[in-house]
Amino acid sequence: MGKRVGLEVTVAVAEAVALCRIDMAGGYPITPQSHIAEHLSNLVADGVLDAEFVTVESEHSAMSAVIGASATGARSYTATASQGLLLMNELLPIASAMRLPICMAIANRAVSGPLNILNDHSDIMPQRDTGWITLFAENGQEAVDLSIQAFKIAEHKDVMLPVCVNIDGFQLTHMVEPVEMPTQEEVDKFLPPFAPHATLHPAKPVTMGAFAMSDYFAEIMKAKDEAIKNSKKVILEVWDEWGKMFGRNYKAVESYRAQDAEILMLTMGSMGETAQVAIDELRDKGIKAGLVKLRLWRPFPFEEIRAALKNAKKLIVTDRACSFGGPGGPVFSEIKSALYAGDHHPAIYNFIYGLGGRDVPVQDFTGMFEKVIADTDNKAKDTYEFWGVRE
Amino acid sequence: MAKVIFQRPKYLKENVFHYCPGCGHSIAHRLIAEVIEEMGIRGITIGVPPAGCAVLAYNYFDLDMIEAQHGRGPALATGLKRTLPDRFVFSYQGDGDLAAIGIAESFHAANRGENITVFFINNAVYGMTGGQMAPTTILEQRTTTTPAGRHKTLDGYPVKVCELLSQLPGVAYAQRCTLTSPAQVNKTKKAIRKAFQCQKDALGFSIVEILSPCPTNWKMSPIDACKWIDEVMSKEFPLDVFKDITPAAQKNTEAV
Repeated sequence: MGKRVGLEVTVAVAEAVALCRIDMAGGYPITPQSHIAEHLSNLVADGVLDAEFVTVESEHSAMSAVIGASATGARSYTATASQGLLLMNELLPIASAMRLPICMAIANRAVSGPLNILNDHSDIMPQRDTGWITLFAENGQEAVDLSIQAFKIAEHKDVMLPVCVNIDGFQLTHMVEPVEMPTQEEVDKFLPPFAPHATLHPAKPVTMGAFAMSDYFAEIMKAKDEAIKNSKKVILEVWDEWGKMFGRNYKAVESYRAQDAEILMLTMGSMGETAQVAIDELRDKGIKAGLVKLRLWRPFPFEEIRAALKNAKKLIVTDRACSFGGPGGPVFSEIKSALYAGDHHPAIYNFIYGLGGRDVPVQDFTGMFEKVIADTDNKAKDTYEFWGVRE
Repeated sequence: MAKVIFQRPKYLKENVFHYCPGCGHSIAHRLIAEVIEEMGIRGITIGVPPAGCAVLAYNYFDLDMIEAQHGRGPALATGLKRTLPDRFVFSYQGDGDLAAIGIAESFHAANRGENITVFFINNAVYGMTGGQMAPTTILEQRTTTTPAGRHKTLDGYPVKVCELLSQLPGVAYAQRCTLTSPAQVNKTKKAIRKAFQCQKDALGFSIVEILSPCPTNWKMSPIDACKWIDEVMSKEFPLDVFKDITPAAQKNTEAV
């Protein structure tokens, strides 16, 4: 059983990644990720972690370098945020097309402009269609656990896809939280050494990243889609195994006081914990409010979402990013899409909030509920609202 | 009546610098503002701040300023200068910005001989993100990503930007200076003036590299930081003129 310790979340994540015995890490400094790279460099310099740590000249090169390392069969890791993630964008679909099980932390931060260093989800949302398995942590413990689980999911022979773990910048990354760090023995037991499907090796030459025109391109795209859809089974198995080993259970969609709730709110990432307090306050007032938290963004858990929302009369979907000129927040449009195929269609509301690190206290969540309760017109709406924004 | 002999440059706003005590940015800002005032080019100058500690440079320069993404200053400045060729355009960049993530932009703007000026603040670390290894970190220097010191095999060698860019025919002027003494500050000011003059005379790309103290990330007092530049950093990055095709300089060369 691991020790419960107080650690800054970035440091805890780096410690967790080191427990996974990575072979290679590439990094470029960017707030609020930098402490992960710094702490990994400490662990390598101290001889605690036997890995290559490379400080490259940009995030573009960081991702290229881990692609190269992963292609040789090395367990490879990087971390970034915001502009750095956007700079990596060109390489992300290549990593997934080459079926390289790279793992990456994203210390979510608003994308420029205007330049901002604080938290929202505008960095990860444009990466939605790059073929990466995408997980969201709600607190420090989840950031640690998901970072370890990520390698097991990515490297599973039925998956072989890159995985990113989203950790809200500052709100999570820079908090000192109590976390239970697994021991090296436990992680070794949980995570076997990486056995790659194919590697670049002179004894058995292969070509990776070959050219494909109209004759094969579509088949490769379909193969990637099938792979990420099929990965859900493995993700659930890995979470099941984790729960049995460590007593902390993970689900694609989690519910809080949602059983008999008439109005549900849906969050993704660190805001869930604040929203939970708001639910308690509303329940104390006799309002049947509940919370649904989305942990797995890709592959999207359609069935689990429909099951979690099946009793709601009204649904509030919250988003930390906007699809400008589109259907509202990206989470909102996904949820609407999931519900369309089902039989149950609650009145659905979308609030875009907490952009660029704007603080969202408990009363903002209760305020969203109050606004939705006051709306007696329960028809489906095509609108969304920027919450708490000055006009 | 008292005679005013020293005051804030006209084109530095009345804002308090956010820079750490002993940082070189505020001196470099001041020198650029003084030169702009003396050359009378305030209304026709556009500045391009970087990502890094100087990201807020627009809070200090009372000029048109347009923010560049990390490393992209010279490319953005290219667009400004090509469409407004009668303006003075300068990009203000740090070492990570210019010599790592933006080396391609710097190299190719210089190679095209873009008639712009780059002020390159070299403090041998990524300052704003907390003192990580930069391309100009010197060998054995300890940073937050090279806790045992920069190692040539693992981390490569310090990038010498002036030496590198001065090889390109598009570069008109490349000088490295520092800010560690009043004499050095005066030299730096002259270099800044010369760089703007190159632009005025349409000679091509000009760069002034300024070795600048970062006491916070070097974990030194401001005085020790200046000493470290004089005794260690300037040995790795010699203070020199690496290229100068201005007519005066050419005449001097011919005379020798």
